[in-house]
Amino acid sequence: MEVLFGTVKELVALAETQNKSISEIMIEQEMQMTRRSREEIVAQMENNLSVMESAVEQGLQGVKSTSGLTGGDAVLIQNYIKSGKSLSGDLILDAVSKAVATNEVNAAMGMICATPTAGAAGIVPGTLFAVKDKLNPTREQMVNYLFTSGAFGFVVANNASISGAAGGCQAETGSAASMAAAAIVEMAGGTPQQSAEAFSIVMKNMLGLVCDPVAGLVEVPCVKRNAMGAAKALVGADMALAGVVSRIPTDEVIEAMHRIGQSMPSALRETAKGGLAATPTGKALEAEIFGKDKTSRDAVNS
Amino acid sequence: MKYRSVFEIIGPVMIGPSSSHTAGAARIGRVARDLFGRQPEWAKIHLYGSFAETYKGHGTDVAIIGGLLDYDTFDERIKTAFEDAAALGMTFEFIPEEEEADHPNTAKIVIGDSQGEMELVGISIGGGTMEVTELNGFPLRLSGHFPALLVVHDDRSGVIANVSNAIASQGMNIAHMEVGRKEKGKMALMVIEVDQMFDETLINELKSLPNVTQVSTLAN
Repeated sequence: MEVLFGTVKELVALAETQNKSISEIMIEQEMQMTRRSREEIVAQMENNLSVMESAVEQGLQGVKSTSGLTGGDAVLIQNYIKSGKSLSGDLILDAVSKAVATNEVNAAMGMICATPTAGAAGIVPGTLFAVKDKLNPTREQMVNYLFTSGAFGFVVANNASISGAAGGCQAETGSAASMAAAAIVEMAGGTPQQSAEAFSIVMKNMLGLVCDPVAGLVEVPCVKRNAMGAAKALVGADMALAGVVSRIPTDEVIEAMHRIGQSMPSALRETAKGGLAATPTGKALEAEIFGKDKTSRDAVNS
Repeated sequence: MKYRSVFEIIGPVMIGPSSSHTAGAARIGRVARDLFGRQPEWAKIHLYGSFAETYKGHGTDVAIIGGLLDYDTFDERIKTAFEDAAALGMTFEFIPEEEEADHPNTAKIVIGDSQGEMELVGISIGGGTMEVTELNGFPLRLSGHFPALLVVHDDRSGVIANVSNAIASQGMNIAHMEVGRKEKGKMALMVIEVDQMFDETLINELKSLPNVTQVSTLAN
């Protein structure tokens, strides 16, 4: 089966010439590629939406990971919003707290929906469930939010990477934030081209982000990078809706991300050997969690 | 196209914390079990690259064992896979390797029981998607996207034609096919990905063909 689009340029062109939304093009491609019915495909995405919703709710109740490194921050941010003192705005902070909630659940080995990966799973739902309160979307529009995110993620995954081990955190939270920005634009009534602009604006600001998880866990700094990714997604979407465009076309931004990922040393690609993982405190936390040195950590299971 | 479905991007639904290190690893384990065709009694799991560095923190170890117990990526029992394996009498060992593999997230799974052994190399390419790159020493490319047939046979003329005829006679279309052999005239392996699910009739027919020694299947 031939794919309908392999690049963002093709995706936007299809939406424009057929006068359809990005989410609709994604659904049609999925039907063509998998020979499944629209009902089946939409139902599966609705299930993903429900999983995301449950994870946000669970995280907002407060969870703690087994390592003890993360948990409880979503609750702190919600309490801060309620205090009425927030500077960056309640909507942004709500998205931030819901992104954090999802990733805290992930770190605690709870059930989440990878978007596009587990380490970056907070951004798309975090922004969605925050924007929901402002835009009052139907359930169908919420499902479409995920298809639009998926359409952009599909291009990234096939032309660059969505794996931290392959491309650094720019490939995970960078992709997720850019995908979310594009989806926010569609839900807010922007054009397909504006979705692409929002994607580019955000992705450009996530370029070069390394994957340096402390102790190799998807916790520090992953959870807070999801928080910032959610904030960037909202700002990027607003910029695109305001009419701001990216001087570098989206597909070239994705290509740049790919090349940056390939030239990143392996110490900065999820090996826990560089960056924050290699700081004195990062090392101390690793020793605290896994024992005195890595040798003993590896020996535990043999 | 490495990724074919939107649900590889928005999904899978899974137990955290890492799609490549937990969900992808669970899928590699589950494919190994599927191809072995039964619950293995023991497993030796060699981990390379990022898998070797961070497998404990990511739950890669419990995920692979969960996969070997036939658990899906969202099965909450992944968390208790070690205890579950012990209860079934399955022993296992993890061996982090220093040596570099072609892909940063690589696992070599050797499993077996009194009836036989199997060795599989799988890579987790991101977002929970995996590929099998080696089976019993044969290099191959198996995405797990499609139902697949794996036919071990003696390297003789006509075997490939017989197998593809049997598949065609069921009205089935081959999506991707690879043939590998270790040495001319010795053991060879056909990996056939097909568009539709196949049934027992086809598998039994393939098993009865001359020079075919083993048929394994992988449902998608």
